[in-house]
Amino acid sequence: MIQIKNIYKQFSGRVVLDGVSLDVHEGETLAIIGRSGSGKSVLMKHMIGLLSPDAGQVYVDGTDINAISYAELRKIRRNFGVLFQGGALFDSMNSFDNVAFPLRTFTHKTESEIALEVQTCLAMVELPDVGPKVPAELSGGMRKRVALARAIALRPKYILYDEPTSGLDPETSNTIDVLIKGLSDRLTVTSIVVTHDMHSVLSIADRAAFIHDGRIHWVGTIKELHRSQDETLRGFVKANEYYIGDSER
Amino acid sequence: MLLFRYLIYEPLELLGRYGQLLFSAFLTLGDVRSYWKNMIHQMVSIGVDSLPIIALAAGFSGMVTTVQTAYQLTSPLIPKYIIGGIVVPTMILELAAVVTGFILAGRVGARIAAEIGTMRVTEQIDALESMGLNSTGYLIVPRILAGILMFPCLYLVAAFVGIGGGAGVGHLMGVISVSEFMEGARLFFNPFDPVFGVIKSVVFGFTITSISCFVGYRTVGGAEGVGRSTTQAAVYSCVFLLVADLVLAITLL
Ligand SMILES: Nc1ncnc2c1ncn2[C@@H]1O[C@H](COP(=O)(O)OP(=O)(O)OP(=O)(O)O)[C@@H](O)[C@H]1O
Ligand SMILES: [Mg+2]
Repeated sequence: MIQIKNIYKQFSGRVVLDGVSLDVHEGETLAIIGRSGSGKSVLMKHMIGLLSPDAGQVYVDGTDINAISYAELRKIRRNFGVLFQGGALFDSMNSFDNVAFPLRTFTHKTESEIALEVQTCLAMVELPDVGPKVPAELSGGMRKRVALARAIALRPKYILYDEPTSGLDPETSNTIDVLIKGLSDRLTVTSIVVTHDMHSVLSIADRAAFIHDGRIHWVGTIKELHRSQDETLRGFVKANEYYIGDSER
Repeated sequence: MLLFRYLIYEPLELLGRYGQLLFSAFLTLGDVRSYWKNMIHQMVSIGVDSLPIIALAAGFSGMVTTVQTAYQLTSPLIPKYIIGGIVVPTMILELAAVVTGFILAGRVGARIAAEIGTMRVTEQIDALESMGLNSTGYLIVPRILAGILMFPCLYLVAAFVGIGGGAGVGHLMGVISVSEFMEGARLFFNPFDPVFGVIKSVVFGFTITSISCFVGYRTVGGAEGVGRSTTQAAVYSCVFLLVADLVLAITLL
């Protein structure tokens, strides 16, 4: 369980998070939605201590991650798999080595065990043959999927996705949505999906949190999202060309 | 007030951050397993790949120094072997290390800053961190160690090639024979000179790689930021190389 308690963050005088509180429950898929530049990525980076708040606390499984040593923080981070906005594959390595990297670094598995594991992960993202290719040879969508394979290689308890479907065609987006949903069902992980793609939200999330003006403006289940009368939220959703209402899809 | 900020506060803050980064990197020094492969790779790219250009530059500076020294020593009263006695210590004490340093500041410094800067702006460093790795240890330690280990080797090559170039060109131009040149070198040889040169090259190696890592690590602002960091790394490396050169000369000679 991740608990965010009233965090504030500003960058050179510009306030990005202005008192954000949010709980992420065990086993759920939570979508964090909001306009571009609203601070979604910043909020996500607080959950693994890549950024630390100016005020407020972030608890992961009860531990305040900003009150512990760097060594302890790194241990906690090993429970996380993170899919970064651009994939963040290591471009000095091919796809196989990218996925193998966490396994080689943090486990004592033999090369053949690792190869098997990598193959399983690449098959999960439906890219069984890209192992020898370097990131530069992959398309944007393939890169994200390989990055996803790397993120799940250590079977993390939490997976954070930063815009998993942005910039992809609808079909690839769908594949990724199906993947995320499949992973959260199969691996029983807690997933946090940062996105501004309402289609994704409606198809994969259990709950959504809408970040606006530096705060969590609205949070609730997908069912509640359909019923919400909140003007700002409806405006955001409408801009995504999705109509929600009492008539559930 | 502004003057205070630009002249004192900001440089001090930078220095603090630089120290912090190095400190956190070298906390992982004991964990050899995590960086030795990377280090070998860096040693090849810093050392082996730089050999041709270093040899070329050192060879030419040796030749030019010889020709110019010969040009200045026109008096028939001064024995010719003095040329060797001037060129060789100059190479060993100053030119070999500085020429190596300048070339590597451009070549290695810029490359390190570009690599690490790109990793920063494409979130690869965040990815390393998010896995639970100490990214500074993983990225910075192997590069600095490779620099410290390879610079002295390159320095030695530069010194030998430079002296060889000087002796060769003097001989070919009929100014001074190789044996006279070496005679002069022997006469003026001080065993501390090469030691000083090696110390200097170790310091240069550290200066260039650590500054470039620092600059790369702090990159912000996409591809443009990487470009900025690349130039900064080369410029700062050169500036601090000169400062280090002077400080070492004052303290050790
Ligand atoms: N390291 C940083 N330094 C300075 N400003 C930052 C930093 N990270 C984020 N910001 C600023 O914080 C604001 C929120 O950024 P963030 O990346 O969280 O937006 P986002 O909601 O993820 O947007 P997008 O959907 O476009 O990814 C932006 O205005 C950005 O410029
Ligand atoms: Mg973002």
